[in-house]
Amino acid sequence: MVEYGDIRVVYRGGSKINFRKPVISNDSRFLLCASGESVKVFSSVTEECVHELRGHTGQVTGVLLRPSNHLQVYSCSTDGTVRLWDFTDGILVRTYVVGYPVYSIYASLNHKEVVFIVTPVQSDKRTELFQLVAVNLPQTPDQLVEARDLSAVLSDVSSNPSTIAFGRGGEYLASVNNLKMEIYFFKKNKSYSFSLREYTKNGGKNTFTCIACHPKDDCVATGHDDGKIRLWRNFKQKKEYTYSTLHWHHSAVSSLCFTPEGTNLLSGGVESVLVQWRYNQENQKDFLPRLGAAITHVTVSPDGALFSTSHSDNKITIIQSCVKVSAVIQGLVKGENVTTGLLVDPRSKALVLNGRPGHLQFYSLQRDKLLFHLDIVQQEYIHEAGLEQFEVVRAAFDASGLWLATVEERKQKSAELELNLKLWSFDEQTQSFVLNTTVSAPHEARITAMCFSQAADSQTTTLVSASRDGHFKAWQLGLPAHTDDEGPSWSCDFVGAYHGLVPRCCCFSADGSLLAVGFQEVVTVWNPTSWELLTTLSQPPGDVRNLCFGQLSCSKYLLGSNNKKMVCCWNLLTCSLEWSTSMDVSLLLVDSRSENMAAFCCQDGSTDLFVFKPSEPRPLFSQKAVCSGRVIHAVFTPREVMLESSEESSQWLNRSQLYFLTEFMDLLTFSTKAEEEKLMASSKQLVIDDTVAMTPFYLLLGKHRHEHLGNEESAERTPLPQSSVAIKELLQTPAHVLPATSFLCSMFAKSLLISVTETSHHCFLSSSVSVVQISHSLYRGALSLTFSGVFWCKSYKEFKFYPLKIAS
Amino acid sequence: MGEFKVHRIRFFNHMPSAIRVMAFNSHTERLVVARADGAVEIFNFADNYYQEKVIPGRDGKAVEALCWVGRRLFSAGLDGEITEYDLENLRPRNSMEAYGGPIWTISSNSQGTLLAAGCEDGTVKMFEVLEDRIQFQRNLSRQKGRIISLSWHPTGSQIAAGMLDMIKIFDAETGHATHRLLVERGLQRTSNSQEVVVWSVAFLSDHTIISGDSAGKVQIWDGITGTLVRTHLLTKWDVLVLAVSPDESSVIAGTSEGTVVQFQFISSTVDQQDKQWVRTRTFKSHSHDVRALVHTDTAVVSGGVDTQLVVRPLLDKVEKNTQESAMRKIIFPHRNLVSCAKKAGLLLFQFSDHLELWRLGESDGNGETRAHTRLTSNLRVGRFGEDNICCSALSPCGGWLAYATVSSVRLYRLQLDNNITPLVPLSRLQVSKLPKELNSVHQLSFSSDSSKLFASSILSSVIVASVKELECKYLHTFKPPSGEQPVHLLSPSEDGNWLATANTGGEIHVFDLHCSVPVCGSCPTAVSIHPFSCSLVSVHADQQIFEFSLKQKEFTAWSRKLQKQGMHPLWLQRDAPITRVTFNPNNPTHILLHDTSMFCIVDQILPLPEEKTRFYNQSVLQSLSLGERLRNSHAFKVYRNFQNLLCVDLMEDHSLVVVERPLLDIVSQLPAPVQQKKFAT
Repeated sequence: MVEYGDIRVVYRGGSKINFRKPVISNDSRFLLCASGESVKVFSSVTEECVHELRGHTGQVTGVLLRPSNHLQVYSCSTDGTVRLWDFTDGILVRTYVVGYPVYSIYASLNHKEVVFIVTPVQSDKRTELFQLVAVNLPQTPDQLVEARDLSAVLSDVSSNPSTIAFGRGGEYLASVNNLKMEIYFFKKNKSYSFSLREYTKNGGKNTFTCIACHPKDDCVATGHDDGKIRLWRNFKQKKEYTYSTLHWHHSAVSSLCFTPEGTNLLSGGVESVLVQWRYNQENQKDFLPRLGAAITHVTVSPDGALFSTSHSDNKITIIQSCVKVSAVIQGLVKGENVTTGLLVDPRSKALVLNGRPGHLQFYSLQRDKLLFHLDIVQQEYIHEAGLEQFEVVRAAFDASGLWLATVEERKQKSAELELNLKLWSFDEQTQSFVLNTTVSAPHEARITAMCFSQAADSQTTTLVSASRDGHFKAWQLGLPAHTDDEGPSWSCDFVGAYHGLVPRCCCFSADGSLLAVGFQEVVTVWNPTSWELLTTLSQPPGDVRNLCFGQLSCSKYLLGSNNKKMVCCWNLLTCSLEWSTSMDVSLLLVDSRSENMAAFCCQDGSTDLFVFKPSEPRPLFSQKAVCSGRVIHAVFTPREVMLESSEESSQWLNRSQLYFLTEFMDLLTFSTKAEEEKLMASSKQLVIDDTVAMTPFYLLLGKHRHEHLGNEESAERTPLPQSSVAIKELLQTPAHVLPATSFLCSMFAKSLLISVTETSHHCFLSSSVSVVQISHSLYRGALSLTFSGVFWCKSYKEFKFYPLKIAS
Repeated sequence: MGEFKVHRIRFFNHMPSAIRVMAFNSHTERLVVARADGAVEIFNFADNYYQEKVIPGRDGKAVEALCWVGRRLFSAGLDGEITEYDLENLRPRNSMEAYGGPIWTISSNSQGTLLAAGCEDGTVKMFEVLEDRIQFQRNLSRQKGRIISLSWHPTGSQIAAGMLDMIKIFDAETGHATHRLLVERGLQRTSNSQEVVVWSVAFLSDHTIISGDSAGKVQIWDGITGTLVRTHLLTKWDVLVLAVSPDESSVIAGTSEGTVVQFQFISSTVDQQDKQWVRTRTFKSHSHDVRALVHTDTAVVSGGVDTQLVVRPLLDKVEKNTQESAMRKIIFPHRNLVSCAKKAGLLLFQFSDHLELWRLGESDGNGETRAHTRLTSNLRVGRFGEDNICCSALSPCGGWLAYATVSSVRLYRLQLDNNITPLVPLSRLQVSKLPKELNSVHQLSFSSDSSKLFASSILSSVIVASVKELECKYLHTFKPPSGEQPVHLLSPSEDGNWLATANTGGEIHVFDLHCSVPVCGSCPTAVSIHPFSCSLVSVHADQQIFEFSLKQKEFTAWSRKLQKQGMHPLWLQRDAPITRVTFNPNNPTHILLHDTSMFCIVDQILPLPEEKTRFYNQSVLQSLSLGERLRNSHAFKVYRNFQNLLCVDLMEDHSLVVVERPLLDIVSQLPAPVQQKKFAT
């Protein structure tokens, strides 16, 4: 087996941003959160990701502002390091090697150059025991520092970071675990512990879930499993401690947070309501309801101006202190299982999969941003355990992205299966999918596979759905029956069956001229225009799991895998078996842009990947143990910019990327060395001006301005374009006496288009070409802005020339 | 072990009265509770919360305030009188008209020399407490509007009065008002025009004033400057009562929602000294208004409209997981309200204003423990006068009925038609001439042959009178050698030779023998003389059982063994006292005991329970295998099938009469509680 050193599996996009509490910078402009193996810096105003602090090789488990320097941030990871970053510039300042996996990190002002980390107890690896350890960070100028000066503070703590908190600027430390709370005073080196009974008389569960300490008073707030919040006071006495109970949440309180002045207490839970309690006036509380999903973390910015809540659907909501939502940062929503599989929207190139309950999400992998949710079920989701609700189980796009087919089902215990097939058409005007046809009960049993005919040029699209009831049905867009106000709708065109066997998979050939349907052990090939059975392909016994037609030059091949660990390749011209090999393929997929096919094989608890061409005997690429566990879904996504890799092993990644989803719901992909270097370079390139909130658009703008300024310094101030009388008139006449903007627009734009011969502008051009290429579309957006108002142009008119020239 | 035919009776409509006000005397550890019907009950907290004394009330006399002055007890009500009680003879000693209209509150200073009364006409009247009476001293300066609540500063120099919309602070020396604290009207409820009533004030020694008002606020004021320090909004409804702990570190407030909220005086940070009042715990032990609160050193005692007295120990003050840390609810009186005529099969139910007489029907004896009781006739005896009934008795033959109020005793001759159809109503004849010695009586009892009437009277004496053919003749007065406490238990022996009496001082005397049983520390809650072995069985408030042989004049061997081994912890943890001891004539070794939650047959032959053994319910025990059953059987056989028992007695035909009073029936008769939203934001 050849080692392909330059290709590795990485987390890229779609990682959890709600894994740990986010951190808001001192000036409330940035929000930092752990996301996979990196720390993401978001702008709290524009919701854009400004930086990605890469460097950790394990999952990042905590982010913490450095108490002595508010422009620096610590991050810890399971790779056993604590790293110090300058987050405004995105620079790694120092790496402290601890040597043990770190699960959370704390620090306080009272303890200079000491961080507290939670690590597993070393003596026994099996038991889930954790301890809180103080780490002295050595003050050396080196980049890589060994931090071996550890001292245990508390044993038997929980690995959940919200169960430990520092009180009163680090005077004491409070930790909860299960039914026990421990408060440790640093000065006296003494700890007090309090325990509760497991159940109250009314049946409430007393287990501690989270803790927060009041910043000024000796008051500790704890959240409990039954939704109660207890405010503990007077805990310096073993016996005379006292607590008051606040009860609003109906189930477990997941996060608690005091505001910096200690005037309010924020709490959140599964109700997805942020509750704001007045400290010492607990009867008065404010609510921010309908936040969308269960709250997992609540944080407050150090100046108290912003709150942020993390939600279970991988979302961070930024809330102003007047309890108003100001921004939402949405990551990839990962439900409990992805039943639709991974799809790529041909139009937007976005990844499409199950999102919120009853929704499909469209996720842009390039920008690592959720584009939108499409409500498929169109029923209110009820948060109640044990309630069966409609779920989207299948989805398919046609080749042009004009049609989307979805299947939703609900299985109630005592009732029959409810199935709905919905067809959605893309509406150019609203730029979204509009429901065209709903077919209730399209089949009598669960639908096993669904696909559109692939040919993009064909006039009529066909949808084929296969079901457990032994039939496959072809659906076609028919003409409106008699009413002419309604558009065309979908109806069933053909019902096919083969000896009462259950079809498991179906596949159209690339040109749409053939349909292959796998009926248990038999592969049947149909003609989709006449619906006649062309041939059946024999196969060694075993149910067909996957079927794929080859692409491009290999389109004469049909590949199939079965559950008896066989992969077969038929030549459709000869209708004979071309080759077969013994592999336990769990997933077989084809890249629509090349001849390549990928096969994921499950072996010994891990998954191997083979990339091959059906016509060639040797695989292009293979990697053992891509990830542990099974790969459930995978997809080839087309690249926007082709890679120019010459190496044979990584050529298959040139046109498209392979994303796959493991059974632990991690979205992984393959990355080449060249690609990573390019990414690193681009992130270093971004030098940021502090004064404006950073968005990619701003970065671009700022860069231009910066270079422009630099130029002006070096050369003599370039003469401004000869301002025409029209411009002068435009810019100096008051707005209310001007004619309509649309009237002036073309004239104005023409007047801005000055001759290209001016040499001074060419030097700007050459330096900014790369930037312009990357965000071409953005410029178009900018242009439209230009025309929308004259006064905007005035302020940015120097800048606006260049893109216009490129366009022309 | 014995099977009984059971008359299960649930038609005794006993309805406890709502608790109006309470006062606690920390020296004697006595809690006094006044109920809405005017009855005053005294509980001994040192003796397992036993209800020692009950002074019945009278019509039209509602007690609005109670106050201990030393060992003396004063009460005041809306009739405008201040009453002092005679706690030895269980009757009001004297009453004094205050001439200020209805009295809302009384309060004594800590020295016990002055009693202040807040009146409807806006005056605070000061009374001097003299040896035998109280004497009006003077009025503090008269205000507009009624005085609802009063609180003395511990030094006695100032007094705070809660009124409508304001609190006034008076100088006790000069009688002038020094401060006027205006209380904000309710913001949430109804309009601003409604006056806010300051239901309760507390004046602490650091000159902090805490007030609870009808707008649902607890406010903390600085009494020196007269400024508001802090407002805690507790409820949409009223804060009705406040109570301060003896060390002034904690204040509790009772609300209309049935909650009790605790405030504690704690420092905000550990090392600093500046303390503030912080709302801490909330107790919800009532369904209705909490009208009365007492904060003892270790517990919160609350009572209200739902008639229950709840003792909730504060867990930071008592040892955890001990008997002391268990919450107690006292619902039923600790004395018998039901008398049975064993021979005639009649039952007498005592209410506060009337008596009901029922005849037991034929039970369909099908071997089950449950059988129907069909009422065949009932007789209602209305009382005379305004005083409530304090005790009643029915003779075993069913021929005589006696009851007593504070001021008088009445005796009736019942004429039974045994042989004719049972539907003929009973007739009664009043015995008009009673000996004049029978005028103040706490307890009544008939001898087993129904020829004698025993009545406990003043100075713990017992009067014996013979009753025969519409005649009642005074025979004798037994005077115990010692003791001034009232006799609360009378138990004549079956053969008529002996009479056992017990008084609230804890002494048991057996007359005709003139023997005193050695005093044990706790008050007896039930005594009875065994019909055959002539031994006296007494059960005490601390749940101890003694058996005293009257022949040998010493504790029997069984009793000594029981004391030596000690009572079983589960037995000691029960919180209701045993109120009746009876014997099974068929099985002389069996003693039948009952409290409100269970009844128990103590078999003196079987071994005593070990420390670890459990008290199985007998129905559970019967479902076990034989070996298991033998292993778990011991002297204490507990039946929990019947709940909320008011009486368990064995009739002459060996059928068991069980009188139950289900709690749901009591709850359904309570007024509707205040409306509360369960889930609301």
